[in-house]
Amino acid sequence: MLKTLRKIASIGLVSETPPVPDELLRVGRALDDRIAAVLGRALCIRHVDAGSCNGCELEIQALGNPYYNLEGCNIRFVASPRHADLLLVTGPVVKNMEAALQRVYAATPAPKLVVAVGECGCTGGALGECPAALGRVSNVIPVDVAVPGCPPHPVRILQGILTALSPAA
Amino acid sequence: MPVRRWWERGRRIPGALSARGLGVDAEQWPQVARDVAAAGGVLQSLWVSREPGSDAAVYGAYLTDPGVLVTELTLPAGGEPPHYRGLEDIFPAASRLQRAAFDLSGVRSSDPDCRPWLDHTSPYEFVRVDGEGVHEIAVGPVHAGTIEPGHFRFSVVGEKVLRLEERLGYVHKGLEQRFSGLPILQGHRLAARVSGDSAVAFSWAYCQALEGMSDCALPPRAVWLRAVCLELERLANHLGDLGALGNDAGFAFGLAQFSRLKEDLLRAVSAAFGRRYLFDTVLPGGIAVDVSTDAARALAEVVCAVCAETLELRAIYEEHEGVRDRFTGAGRLEPQLAAKLGVIGLVGRASGQARDVRVDLPHPPYTELPVAKIVQQGGDVAARAAVRFAEVQESGRLLERLLSGLPDGERAVAVNAPADGAFGIGLIEGWRGPVLVALQAGPEGSIRRCHPHDPSWQNWPALEYAILDNIVPDFPLINKSFNLSYSGVDL
Repeated sequence: MLKTLRKIASIGLVSETPPVPDELLRVGRALDDRIAAVLGRALCIRHVDAGSCNGCELEIQALGNPYYNLEGCNIRFVASPRHADLLLVTGPVVKNMEAALQRVYAATPAPKLVVAVGECGCTGGALGECPAALGRVSNVIPVDVAVPGCPPHPVRILQGILTALSPAA
Repeated sequence: MPVRRWWERGRRIPGALSARGLGVDAEQWPQVARDVAAAGGVLQSLWVSREPGSDAAVYGAYLTDPGVLVTELTLPAGGEPPHYRGLEDIFPAASRLQRAAFDLSGVRSSDPDCRPWLDHTSPYEFVRVDGEGVHEIAVGPVHAGTIEPGHFRFSVVGEKVLRLEERLGYVHKGLEQRFSGLPILQGHRLAARVSGDSAVAFSWAYCQALEGMSDCALPPRAVWLRAVCLELERLANHLGDLGALGNDAGFAFGLAQFSRLKEDLLRAVSAAFGRRYLFDTVLPGGIAVDVSTDAARALAEVVCAVCAETLELRAIYEEHEGVRDRFTGAGRLEPQLAAKLGVIGLVGRASGQARDVRVDLPHPPYTELPVAKIVQQGGDVAARAAVRFAEVQESGRLLERLLSGLPDGERAVAVNAPADGAFGIGLIEGWRGPVLVALQAGPEGSIRRCHPHDPSWQNWPALEYAILDNIVPDFPLINKSFNLSYSGVDL
């Protein structure tokens, strides 16, 4: 126990200042001011891998580390779409995940924000559209913010989430 | 017949250091598998090639003492649909490979389990467990955390798991079909994205096959830098897993500390290579980025600090009663069963299966830098954590040697596209285990056929056994201790 406490004390706080929203990432609608103000204090995210190679997932997981400290921004991941305000979707949407993604979207309450993460989610990526894949996320559900990159840096993903949350500049 | 005799009959295949290929007839096809199994070898991969207008062929790749033995059974086109004898009674892992091969090629094996695997167009028939008080818990494909999709069907009594059946294939994206026709000198980019957490292992295996076919002699500096990338990938994944294992045992401190260390490492990787994850870093003929002496020294310092802190955290994990209680005995995969199932890689080494390509079939630079093989006999979550803890230190030691001794010279040389029809094999020990790429060249510098194989194929079925008699709430912990790839097997 003593070793654990000593470790916590010696490392201290390493969290960094979160990025500011970037309007260039917005591809869809912007939130109403009043809704943004409410969500801004407690945002719940559901992540859906719709066909990713698992690269983007590693960077999404990094958002929880002490440097990016996602929860310090009042944002957390939840286990059910019914609890979520925002869906974070990765991958080219593949045929075998199409129904699951649509059901997750249907189960999410309004405002149903959607952030597509990664090159494949934004454009279809290396796979594009093929007999087994439907390409970009917006081919299947409406997308509000798209964060390109293979995989995108955690700061960019966080910036995308914060952009989805902010009213249009 | 001893495996050695089959091996001697085989013809050298370019690429991986010690690989031979052998055309077999329908009688010899299962005989080789039996002889490999009798000699303690394992099935590394099985795939089918079928192109319009030509005969179909089924391939079996085995890891044996002398090297990778690939058997090829030609299935003549003709009246009857092509058909071959399944190997699932000899190597249980063959079953899903054969089912997937059918979905991709239409070539059926004799496996009595003919349920589709990658094809999700019809409802799936799970095996039902009957009895008083038995009920089913269905989980997925969308999971509660930030992980890949797959479906788990538990049959339980109370909390105790009587049976687990996995249903994968949700992230099937048609990768193999996508490879066909791509320029062969650019296929490494797609190979890196078979399973993004193993980008270096897959792209190196791809390049190894390609360079072997093209007779390309790599500059030593490129080879050493590739090993730097491979060990960094192993280190980063192990750090992530050790943190997640602590978290799943209710020790959030572990996740906070290890995710901090992983971030420290990724930032150092980014400073040296210009990217946090090493996609598109290994390319045909060498490596995309050279690392200056100063950058190598700075990276080595961070690796050294991360390894020292991991030692400290290991002591904390080991003396934490809650962690010890959850790790010990959970999800035990006995060595005997692991051998029977042909389990490979990290999970295998935690269950007494002492295989590591870097040691058993060393290729440069591991020929000059001997690797210590880490093996545990316990087969439980504690053993899989112990293998990771020890491999962090071993990769740290290797990185220090690699980064301080980088040979001078070019970082890459030109590679020519191999001749139409050439066939090569790549085999690299990724962090999960041996990654294999079988590559066949097509006309005008294109890919005819590429089959990438992740070791998760072998280890997923073992998870179904490891969970038996454990309680459902321990599944996330046990599953994390395996940490298998979905994308890598769904293809």
